[in-house]
Formats: sequence, C-alpha cells, structure tokens
Amino acid sequence: MVESLRNLFKYRELLFVLTQREIQIRYKQSVLGIAWAIIQPLALMLMFTLVFSALLKIPSDGVPYPLFVYSALLPWTFFSNSLNRAIPSLEANAQLIKKVYFPRELFPVASVLAAGFDFLISAAIFVGLMVYYRADVQFTVYLLYVVPILMIQIVFTLGICLFASAVNVYYRDVKHALPLLIQVWMYASPIIYPVSQVPERLQTIYFLNPMAGIIHSYRSVLVKGVAPTDYYLAIAAAGSVVLFLVCYFYFKRIEMEFADVV
Amino acid sequence: MNGLCYRGNIEMPAISVENVSKRFRKGQAGYRTLREDIYNLTGRLTRPRSSEGADKNYTWALKDVSFQVEPGEKLGIIGPNGSGKTTLLRLLAGITRPTKGKISLKGRLGVLIELMAGFHPELTGRENVYLNGAIMGMARAEIRRKFDEIVDFAGVGEWIETPIKRYSTGMQVRLGFAVAAHLEPDILLVDEVLAVGDTAFQNKCLGKMGDVAREGRTVVFVSHNMAAVRSLCNRGIVLNQGSAEFAGPMGEAIYYYQGLMRGRDIQAVKRMQGLQVVGLRVSPGSSRPRFTSDGPLVAEMDFFTDHPLPACYLNFVIEDGDGRFLVHSRTDLFDLWPSFGPGLHRVRVDVPRLGLRGGVYTLWFRLYVAAGGVTEMADSDRAMLEVDGPQVGGLVDVPCSWSWTEVKG
Repeated sequence: MVESLRNLFKYRELLFVLTQREIQIRYKQSVLGIAWAIIQPLALMLMFTLVFSALLKIPSDGVPYPLFVYSALLPWTFFSNSLNRAIPSLEANAQLIKKVYFPRELFPVASVLAAGFDFLISAAIFVGLMVYYRADVQFTVYLLYVVPILMIQIVFTLGICLFASAVNVYYRDVKHALPLLIQVWMYASPIIYPVSQVPERLQTIYFLNPMAGIIHSYRSVLVKGVAPTDYYLAIAAAGSVVLFLVCYFYFKRIEMEFADVV
Repeated sequence: MNGLCYRGNIEMPAISVENVSKRFRKGQAGYRTLREDIYNLTGRLTRPRSSEGADKNYTWALKDVSFQVEPGEKLGIIGPNGSGKTTLLRLLAGITRPTKGKISLKGRLGVLIELMAGFHPELTGRENVYLNGAIMGMARAEIRRKFDEIVDFAGVGEWIETPIKRYSTGMQVRLGFAVAAHLEPDILLVDEVLAVGDTAFQNKCLGKMGDVAREGRTVVFVSHNMAAVRSLCNRGIVLNQGSAEFAGPMGEAIYYYQGLMRGRDIQAVKRMQGLQVVGLRVSPGSSRPRFTSDGPLVAEMDFFTDHPLPACYLNFVIEDGDGRFLVHSRTDLFDLWPSFGPGLHRVRVDVPRLGLRGGVYTLWFRLYVAAGGVTEMADSDRAMLEVDGPQVGGLVDVPCSWSWTEVKG
C-alpha cells in the first residue's frame, strides 16, 4: 500500500497531464466552454428553488432557499461529476491500458481531480450568493471546517470511484446503474430538504450514508454558522477512510488483470 | 509489485525471462457478465470442480518461455501470426502479468507498441506531444527541451497548434513516432509499428532505431519485416504456438522461421474488428507441381466479415528476402473498389506468367477498408513462395525479344 502510494507520487507529472487532458477535452468545441461548470449547478439551484420552495414550500431552516440548496448542490455536483467521469474512465481508456503500463488508478483519480476543477469554478457562484444574502449568513470561525469536510468528501469519493471503476471493467452493469444510483443517492442526502425534516428515530440510519453527514456539515458551517455535528462528521470521516483503504487495496490487487479483460 | 522488478546490479542481464507462461480465457476476450459468474459460482457449489473442465475455457498464449537479453543486445522476435509475439511484448512492457514464471528488467523502459495510443483527437499537436510524452514516461521538462526537435522530426510544422483530428493518418503516425523516438530508454520494445507510413518515413524510423541501437541501448523488436529485423537485430527468437522454438543468431532464426512457414499448412487467422482472414492458398496452376519463372501462379485468400465492407481495395504483394516489393498489385490503381457483405468471401489473383527469378519469396494480401475517414486494414498471413529457375539476371524476368541488323552508315 505504501509502495503503491510512493509509486503514484513518481507518476505525479502524468497525473497532472491526464487531469489537464480531462479538463481540456471536456469543453472543446462547445461555445460556452468552461461556463458549463457554472451553468449546471446554477440551473439546478433555480429549478429546485422554483419547485421545492416556491411550489412545495419545503422548509429551509430559515435560510434563503437558493443559498440553502446551493450550499449542498455545490459539493453534491462535485461528487456526482466525479462518479460520472471516474467510473467509466478505465473502460474509456482501454486502448491505453492495453498498450502502456502505468498505475491504473491514475485514470479515476484524474477524473476526480478534473471534477474538482469544475467544483472550484462553481464555488465562485457560491461566494457571490453569500455576498448577495450577506444579511442572512452567519460568518463565523466555523467556516474553516470546510477544509476538513472537503478532505473527507474527497477521500470518500476516491474510494467509491476506485472500487466502482474497477468493477465496471468486468461488469458494464455498473455504468448503466450509475445515473439511477446518483439520483437515488441525491434524494437520500439532505440536499433539497433540511435534516430536521428526517424523523428523529430514522436519523441514525440516515447518517450511515457518509454523504448525508458531509452535506449536512457543509450547510451547517457555510450558511448557518454553527459547528458541524461532530458525531455525524466522525462517522463520515471514519467510514470514508476505511472505505478508501479497502477500495484502494482491492483496486491494486486486480489492476494487472485490466489489460486482459477491458 | 506488478511482476516486474528493477534491479541496479550492472552484472545483471537487461531482460531476464524465466519459465514464463500466459493463459487467456477463451471466447470474448475474457469479458464476463454477472450472469455467467453467478452460473459458475453455483456450478462450483453443486458439482465438484474438475481441472479438465477448467482447462477447456483457457488457452495458453505462451508456454514456458525463457531467455535473457544482455545490455546493448538487439533481439528480434519473429514467428507466425498468433504465435504469442505480442503477448510476450506486453508482458515485457508490464501491461499484463505472466500466469507463471518471472520477468525482470533493468533500466528505463521505452515501449513502441502503439504510437498513437495516447493521442486524443480533440487536442492540438502540441498538447498531444506533452500528453503522449508523459504517458511514455518522459518528464515535462524533458519534453519541453526536446519539443522543437520532435516537431521537426515529425515534419508537421505549423499544424502543431491544430487539433490532431484534422491531421492525416500519416501525420499522426509521424508525430507519434517522433515522440517515441526521443524517449531515450535503456530498453526499447518495438512492435510492428513500421507497417504504417510511407517508405521514406519507414526508412527514417528504421534509421532512428538503428541510432538507438548503436548508442548501446537494448532493443527488442517484433516484426514481420525480415529485412528490418535482419538489419537491426543480432540475435533472434522464433516463437511458434506459444513456445520459443529457436534462439540464436538473427540470420539463423530467419532461416528457421522461413522453414517453419514453408513446412506448415498456411491457415492463418488475423482479427481486424470483425474481420478474419481464414485462409491463404497459393498454387502453380492445376497441371504443375512447382512454381517456375515462366509458369503461372494462382493465389486465393478467404476472409470472413461480420459487417458490410463498403469500398475496399486489395493489395497483393510478393516480396523478396530483403523486403523489397517485387510485385505490388493494388485494385485502387485500376479504380476497382469492391464491396463485401457480411459472410465468407474469396479473393483470387491470377498471374499468367510469374516472371520472378529462382529463389524464395514471401507473398501476402492486404485488405483496406475506408469508412468514415478512417482506413482499417487486415493482412493475410505470409506464404513462402519457392520459385524454380535461373537465379541470375536481375530481380524480375521481363520478356525481352532480341534481334540484330547491320546499319549501313
């Protein structure tokens, strides 16, 4: 495992180039180009605000709904984009996998990093929203929690992506199930509704989903200005690290088979 | 780690292959479905596993192959199609792991298995040079330093800022080789990359590889081009049906290979995305037992395609021992563009008078399919052609009639 990580460091330039490729080719031959990174979560925010706040009157813990939903959509889009890109990445690069050797995890990791680039761009919109709604936002020292929460999210995302992209090499079913899975997962996480709407007795089960803890924590520190619930964040952190280690180990164990199978 | 270990000892051979075997699943290239796996799993639980049954699903691409390559040595690997050459090269490159045995390499490895594998059509030539360089293991600073040289070698000039999807195939190949040629590896692995590009560029590539060889690097070269192998390599290995049947000086290896090809019933299978060449037959007509300089030749190639092939053109080649094309008949030069529907087809070439000097030649077909801006091709296996006749008087026997008269001044 340690050797794998050291080997990965040796290939950091290639990782950089592959990430760069992912970013470059994503918006080639499109008029709006990189603006798509902003349009996607922005359009969802407007749509959700209209449907869930204006029409269905879903409560938002006293926070303006656009801000409420965007604080969750931002990290959620990062997560779903990572999955959408990373999981088919090994299959998509079959030609390279059959022709050249380098650590295979570079592909899913580069996909996650490229999704992270989009995330940073769409974060600019969030800063704009914060300024616009500055009267309703609590700017506190808890904002700093964003850094560890983001780390936890990245570790969790990498774990899922390593595992699922490897399984997808063998069973393309994964790729087909993915859009459905992401949709279900989104409704299972507190994105359009606040955690307070989840019945008390179900919350223990609810927070077994690490993304629930992660999204809830983002919202707490970003717009509500309160400390994240340590307990839920700890579950998410521990779960993510364990998941990542298991998935990475699994990935390295079968990676040499990819060229024969993909 | 991944079946390869890198050692620093100077005394070690550059490449050491010990009792290496590689097994593949038969059928759809090892692609599994969940249903199949569940079936196998339940089967395993209900009936005892028999090793015999397991063997039926697998095929050995390489069987107990061992050899060593000393630093600076140039090894040529030759053998019929399907003999395991590419599998061996992939194992050396660390792309797959041997089922049994061990491979060790010493030094930086450069692989020319597929020149354009790392290219992305949407990226510009410049972006692709950096991408492909990084994939082949070059550091960014190294690529930057050699960038002008690479562009110069490829001869793509001002096209370097254009997405390579606008390049011709030839330009893409040239750019791919140019990146690879500047890699400076300790060990260079080369697979049949020279089958593409025009003759001038092929010669340029061969020249560059010769330079690499002369610089004292280790080269492993897999090719069907006997002239290229002979000029580049000093030692050869002949693979046949997964076994290393012969190892020795290159000239002798080629001799062994040619004997192998002559002696065997030529039935080759070459896959090219749903296209298989299933047979190649050559005969000197019905009434004659042997080929002669002034006798006829009939060559037939059978191939099977699972999809329609619109607008193909066919090449028929007879090549001498040095790889020179003595006969190169192309349907496109007659403006013949046959199309083939799914199914089994036979292509026949009739040569009424062979016109070759006595000697040993190689004969093969190539089918090109041009569809949607991409040209795909499939080769038949190569057949040995032994021609009886005088071995002097030029390369070909063109009918000449002589006469003489006295001219009064």
